[in-house]
Amino acid sequence: MGEPTDASTTSTSTSTPTITITVEFTGGLEMLFDNIPFHHVKLPAKNTQGQVVTIGDLIPWLCENLMKDTRKELFVLDGNVRPGILVLINEADWELEGEDKYELKDGDNVLFVSTLHGG
Amino acid sequence: MPPVLSIFERETHETIVGSKLFQRGERIAIGASGGKDSTVLASILKTLNERHDYGLDLCLLSIDEGIKGYRDDSLETVKRNAVQYDMPLEIVGYDELYGWTMDQVVAQIGKKGNCTYCGVFRRQALDRGAAKLGIKHVVTGHNADDIAETVMMNLLRGDLPRLARATSIVTSSAASDIKRSKPLKYAYEKEIVLYAYHKKLDYFSTECIYSPEAFRGSARALIKDLEKIRPSSILDIVKSGEDMAALVPPELSTAVACSGDNEEAATGCGSTNGRSSGGEMAVLEKRLAVEEAAQYRETEIVLPANGNSLVQETLQVKGGSSIHDKKKPARKKVVKQVMGRCDKCGYLSSQSICKACMLLDGLNKARPTTEITVSAEEEEGSTTLMRHVAALEISAS
Repeated sequence: MGEPTDASTTSTSTSTPTITITVEFTGGLEMLFDNIPFHHVKLPAKNTQGQVVTIGDLIPWLCENLMKDTRKELFVLDGNVRPGILVLINEADWELEGEDKYELKDGDNVLFVSTLHGG
Repeated sequence: MPPVLSIFERETHETIVGSKLFQRGERIAIGASGGKDSTVLASILKTLNERHDYGLDLCLLSIDEGIKGYRDDSLETVKRNAVQYDMPLEIVGYDELYGWTMDQVVAQIGKKGNCTYCGVFRRQALDRGAAKLGIKHVVTGHNADDIAETVMMNLLRGDLPRLARATSIVTSSAASDIKRSKPLKYAYEKEIVLYAYHKKLDYFSTECIYSPEAFRGSARALIKDLEKIRPSSILDIVKSGEDMAALVPPELSTAVACSGDNEEAATGCGSTNGRSSGGEMAVLEKRLAVEEAAQYRETEIVLPANGNSLVQETLQVKGGSSIHDKKKPARKKVVKQVMGRCDKCGYLSSQSICKACMLLDGLNKARPTTEITVSAEEEEGSTTLMRHVAALEISAS
């Protein structure tokens, strides 16, 4: 309270361990993220409950911190990744990796591909 | 190569061989929009043609609907694909064929209902493009998801006669001597996207700026939701669609095929590819041929003698109800569809004026005279002629 924002972020980032992952958007999804397909994302290694950060934590984080577009529903519906968007974790379908339960590790690559755009 | 790629290639090869889609030496035009489906289709056909020695002569055929900020960009992708896959590319434009770009159509009629025009025009444009190349077989990138959507839309509209067109892997109709086929019919959209991703294919992924079509969109969302819960739902719907199509008497499906120069529009947009407007098409048809509308929604089905007797009985009982009695007289016409040529443009059509010409007629009549003078410089053709006629009518009034 009352502390400058940058100071508080600095204190958290120095006190809590973080991981860096790459997040990639293709198939038209990059449109929602300033037309930038590749992002390096630095996350706290633990979520607010003190558990290892998962894809389930990453998704709302992306909406709040990375998405430039206001149409969040094109990415997230009912708290889940919109049906029709494929998620690959290190090139493997996330359905094989536990979907949103997958615990992120430093250096992971998470790819979101929209299948929803015209042929 | 990730296993997903080789499995996808093997499955597509099995579909092609199993359905005897191609003949050795055949020339094939790939309906190419620059989108993921047609790009994957071009890539995989090239790969399989070389690997299994199909002996096919492949080329790319693109339609330029004349939509700035969308089609002009995606055509750039197709041009790169032509180089990447070493295939000749032919582009035919609505502008040269009809004297109207979609931008002009939308300026005239607004965004609502424009997919109908686009769908009707595309159907002919692909045929005309293929004819220009002397090619008798056009393949399109329709995938299992597209077909499942169309099956659902036809079900929801009560339009079973259209199912056969939507679900057959090969369609040919009296309205055209050019065969269409869908080699990716059993491929999940997901597989296509993964294939494109892993092969780093160069494709264009922007939605048509005029597109969002509510009904197909809802069917699409439904399919995607079902896939989430039960991935095989998509192919199961395709299979159900095929089975139901087999129950529709051939004369009903044929009538639909003949009377629609555009039946593929139900699965036809995104260029040769999936997102057009079946719903609007149905509306259009009612408007164009009111008396035919009842036939499409005819629900009485009389099975051939070798059909399941139980089903036949049930249906005949239903057929005796008063509702069906009212519709019965309309049905005779369905069987007797005579194929002819459009009086205006000479294109094969079951009606004296083909659907594209009817739409053009409406557009041209409303076109401001100044516009007509400008565009009348274009090549002499039926559409130009019609514009002259429209101009005369306007100046006379």
